[in-house]
Amino acid sequence: MIKGLKKWRLFALMTALLVFLAGCGREEISTLLPAGEVAQDQFNLLILSTIVMAFVIIVVTIIYVLAIVKFRRSKIGEDVIPEQVEGSAKLEFLWTAIPIVLILILAVPTVYSTFDLADVSTMDVQAEDSDAMTHLTVNVTAKLYWWEFEYPEQGIVTAQELVVPTNERVYFNLISADVKHSFWIPSIGGKLDANPENVNTFYLTFDQESAELEDGVFYGKCAELCGPSHALMDFKVKSMDRESFDQWVAAMQEEATPAEGALAQEGEQIFGADGAGCIACHAVSGSGAAGGVGPNVATFGDRNRVAGYLEHNEENIKKWISDPQEYKPGNLMPDPESLNDGKPFTEQELDALAAYLMSLSVEE
Amino acid sequence: MDLNKKYTPQSWPDHPETATMEGKNKFVGFWLLLAAETVTFASLFATYLALKDKGPSGMEFAASNLFELPLVFAMTMILLTSSLTSVYAMYHMKNHNFKAMQAWLGITVLLGAAFLGLEIYEFNHYVHLGFGYTHSAFSAAFYTLVGTHGAHVLFGLSWFIALMVRNSKRGLNMYNAPKFYLVSLYWHFIDVVWVFIFTVVYLMGVIG
Amino acid sequence: MSSIAQKKGFGAAMWDYLTTVDHKKIAHLYLASGGIFFLIGGIEAMLIRIQLMKAGNDFLSAGTYNEVLTMHGTTMIFLAAMPILLAFMNAIMPLQIGARDVAFPFLNSLGFWLFFFGGVFLNLSWFLGGAPDAGWTNYASLAIASEGHGIDFYALGLTISGFGTLISGINFLVTIINMRAPGMTYMRMPLFTWTTFVASALILLAFPPLTVGVFFMVFDRMFGANFFDVTMGGNTIIWEHLFWIFGHPEVYILILPAFGIFSEIFAIFSRKRLFGYTALVFATILIGFYGFMVWAHHMFTVGLGPTANAVFALATMIIAVPTGVKIFNWLLTIWGGSISFTTPMMYAIGFIPSFVAGGVTGVMQAIAPLDYQLHDSYFIVAHFHYVIVGGVVLAILAATHLYWPKMFGTMLSEKLGKVTFWLFFIGFHLTFFIQHFLGLMGMPRRVYTFGADQGWDLFNAISSVGALFMALGVIILLVNIVMTSIKNERVSNDPWGDGRTLEWAIASPPPFYNFAQTPLVRGLDTFWIEKMEGNKEGMVYAEPLEEIHMPNGSFVPVVMSFGLFVASFGALYNMDGDKGWTIPVIIIGLVITFGSMLFRSLKDDLGFHISKEELLRDVKGGKSDGLK
Repeated sequence: MIKGLKKWRLFALMTALLVFLAGCGREEISTLLPAGEVAQDQFNLLILSTIVMAFVIIVVTIIYVLAIVKFRRSKIGEDVIPEQVEGSAKLEFLWTAIPIVLILILAVPTVYSTFDLADVSTMDVQAEDSDAMTHLTVNVTAKLYWWEFEYPEQGIVTAQELVVPTNERVYFNLISADVKHSFWIPSIGGKLDANPENVNTFYLTFDQESAELEDGVFYGKCAELCGPSHALMDFKVKSMDRESFDQWVAAMQEEATPAEGALAQEGEQIFGADGAGCIACHAVSGSGAAGGVGPNVATFGDRNRVAGYLEHNEENIKKWISDPQEYKPGNLMPDPESLNDGKPFTEQELDALAAYLMSLSVEE
Repeated sequence: MDLNKKYTPQSWPDHPETATMEGKNKFVGFWLLLAAETVTFASLFATYLALKDKGPSGMEFAASNLFELPLVFAMTMILLTSSLTSVYAMYHMKNHNFKAMQAWLGITVLLGAAFLGLEIYEFNHYVHLGFGYTHSAFSAAFYTLVGTHGAHVLFGLSWFIALMVRNSKRGLNMYNAPKFYLVSLYWHFIDVVWVFIFTVVYLMGVIG
Repeated sequence: MSSIAQKKGFGAAMWDYLTTVDHKKIAHLYLASGGIFFLIGGIEAMLIRIQLMKAGNDFLSAGTYNEVLTMHGTTMIFLAAMPILLAFMNAIMPLQIGARDVAFPFLNSLGFWLFFFGGVFLNLSWFLGGAPDAGWTNYASLAIASEGHGIDFYALGLTISGFGTLISGINFLVTIINMRAPGMTYMRMPLFTWTTFVASALILLAFPPLTVGVFFMVFDRMFGANFFDVTMGGNTIIWEHLFWIFGHPEVYILILPAFGIFSEIFAIFSRKRLFGYTALVFATILIGFYGFMVWAHHMFTVGLGPTANAVFALATMIIAVPTGVKIFNWLLTIWGGSISFTTPMMYAIGFIPSFVAGGVTGVMQAIAPLDYQLHDSYFIVAHFHYVIVGGVVLAILAATHLYWPKMFGTMLSEKLGKVTFWLFFIGFHLTFFIQHFLGLMGMPRRVYTFGADQGWDLFNAISSVGALFMALGVIILLVNIVMTSIKNERVSNDPWGDGRTLEWAIASPPPFYNFAQTPLVRGLDTFWIEKMEGNKEGMVYAEPLEEIHMPNGSFVPVVMSFGLFVASFGALYNMDGDKGWTIPVIIIGLVITFGSMLFRSLKDDLGFHISKEELLRDVKGGKSDGLK
């Protein structure tokens, strides 16, 4: 028993040490390092509830440890018959009343915050001197293993990488085009489900520019089991000041420019309707509305990841195009064979496609 | 328990259904089963209300233009009457009048069968209008709710018939009295569920 | 009669178990099959932890991983935890209230066989084209989209085993209402009986919504109904509501009997009456009642709106109050007692901090806005494993050691029992404590892999090591069981020496007719009262020794359940639409089931009597309690 306790203490110590060493996770994705007002509110609730709960745990632990130390049979004797106490109304009252008080402490901020975070009443408010809205609205459509982001006010659409201005409310309309998904950017705020039958609306605020992060983007996740590649249904978020955001929007609204350079032009040819026909599903222009069969690739060259999770380089683009099922099981992108007259793409064709995709960019 | 013990109306207990331990257990157990059945139907009703009039875009059917009250009203009256006749049967059971009980049970079964026949006619009618089971979420919810009730009616009828046939020669004893009692209880439950269906599905449907 | 049983060969023993309606033998069946499913679910858990041991692991493919995680959850909840608890309820509850048997011995057997065939059906999916892969919650949009027959195995398997559980629930309720020994008032019932009672009531009211939901799923997939097809007006949120209206009470169906078991253990091994018995009873009832009011806290992120979220958040927090009352009453039970650190008591002592930790994270999740961050992350995984492993599984392991002598007449080794405890307890905290932090660091649940760039490698590796400890603990328990069975040292009525309730007043194992004479209950902890008064006869009896009426065994439950099992195969493959044999198979299966049901109800089955002479022989031979 004593030996076992020692072992347990050692483990507890080691665990505590490891937790300390590993810190709070990566700032791109950890809820413990909030980078937005919503996440900050939720983090504060976490701290408040942890303090209240730590109080409960301490009280229980004290009684518990005293009891098992003081009243061991080996200590008080084999034949002792303890007094058969029935109970105590006073004590029952005490440990009913105190938890109720603790719960009240938690209940007030809970109710306040529940209504506060669901308040989207300013979403459709227009600015006084123009037709424009005062806040950004993004329509998010979750599809089997990728995310489409439509900016209805700006008339642009993008995929996989959400671009947002900092320090203002961004409203999200979430829906799913197939099975249920859930939209979650841990360091910016809690999740909301993308249901197939209704639009869910909420807001987030991005208080930190993503360029300051080690990886340059916040990580977004699908949080509801949606099939084999649920784990890979990642997206990224770029937050920037309003001015940079407006520039990005303007660049998105421009017509796509033709590719430059021989290799990229060859890639454009393969990508187009006369080649393998990728363009049938993947739009290359940022202006437009939601409803793409495949992700819009207008910003492909600016992205942080290939297919949402692979490192962003030409090698991975080629791998991904050659065998989408290998990298995201169950996704809906066709094999190259089914587009290219039953043949896989040649190395040259893959290089050309990769070069072309990398050239698609709206950021300077 | 002695099966051969012969009872007279004088020696027959006031509450034969709970006079033995087995009978008591069955009595309590069956009420609990009815509680579970109530939750089942509550779930079905909730689903029906959620999916009422929901279908593919441009669906032509709605509760307000589909259901016709006269037929359903007749069905309601038939089922309510059958509940009453089963009460008569139980009255005779408690008085140890086996023949009268069998007769009233027979009438109950006939009324139940008539109800079931009309329900089949009604469903058939809707299907011919194009409102089949796979037509929409509304049709699925409607047929599942009302059809589950219909399946209960069918089960109740089979139970009545099985008991009547099995005991036709044996007569009433302490072994089968609780069984007769329970099936009539079941029949009342079915009747109550139908009253709710009539109100929620048909009346509220037609009114809007 | 009992002496004859021991001389039977293997075949006869098998037949005995296949036809038994004796609650104690049915308990053995539940324990054995629940135990096997527990091992299967445990292997699935190990596969999960191996896969998540390191970033980017390819031990399991994405599709297989989803099957494994679905079957792990489904197996553990429906086929392991619940049946094993039903085993202890069956074995102990009728003894605790001094009943001859349960109210409906035949239905008791039917309930077991339905569960058994449902569980086997579900697990056969591994060999017949793939297991279900939409999580144990089986959310409708994903389930409807799932290819293959996995989801159909889930739906039909759970339907069959669900009926079995429902039948057991009704049976226990009637038993407790009608069959208590003289003097056993409601407020003298042992806590385990009370929790069995409330849990059975929850089963009664919670399983029908699940059955309805599962039927919708079957109808959608089999008959082209459109309950969950959004384009046809369907709505997948209905599934979520129905599932959680079942699912949340289900948590209490599991945890309340665990509370009951620990209540018995605290009292026995502190040699002290339960502190605040009345409060514990009312807390149990309250928890059961609130259990039905809080289901939407599993759906805070669905978008039900702030009003619904706030109401359900508050309702959920309230449950913490009766649960806290229980914890403090247990602490005050051991306070001032004489604590003996036996294996069951070790589990009970270990349970308190584990369950408190699981409970407080539950309150944190009740804070709806905070739950937006915690929901569907590893924090949730950590939380419910703290509650279910730290509460239910510890209770199951504790009860295995506590009641083994009562069920099998021999004691499990205390030495090995403590080794199991320490391995399991350390492994459990090592595995799951750190998962709270993984969740807070942004790791969603149900992911088959994670990238090395997410910062989750170390904690996942630690978690996997913990799982290994738990596995070792379970293996030692199995060794313990084998060694104990080989040694087979018989024990007396009250092997722990400090038994308080009626089950410790009867032989271990009890004769098949239980108490030869129904005991008279003179208070709470009735056997303790007799012991303290120095009653040499064990108990005071309410009646003279008379012949006992017993029900006949029956093979019909096996046949009935088997019929549904057969019909389910027909229904499952009928969905393919290209097989001619499916309709006949459905019909054959249903004919088997309803035919045997008819056979059962048309035949007079009045049972048999044990004569007074035979009982006297048993009593004199020491095989039974009663006047010596």
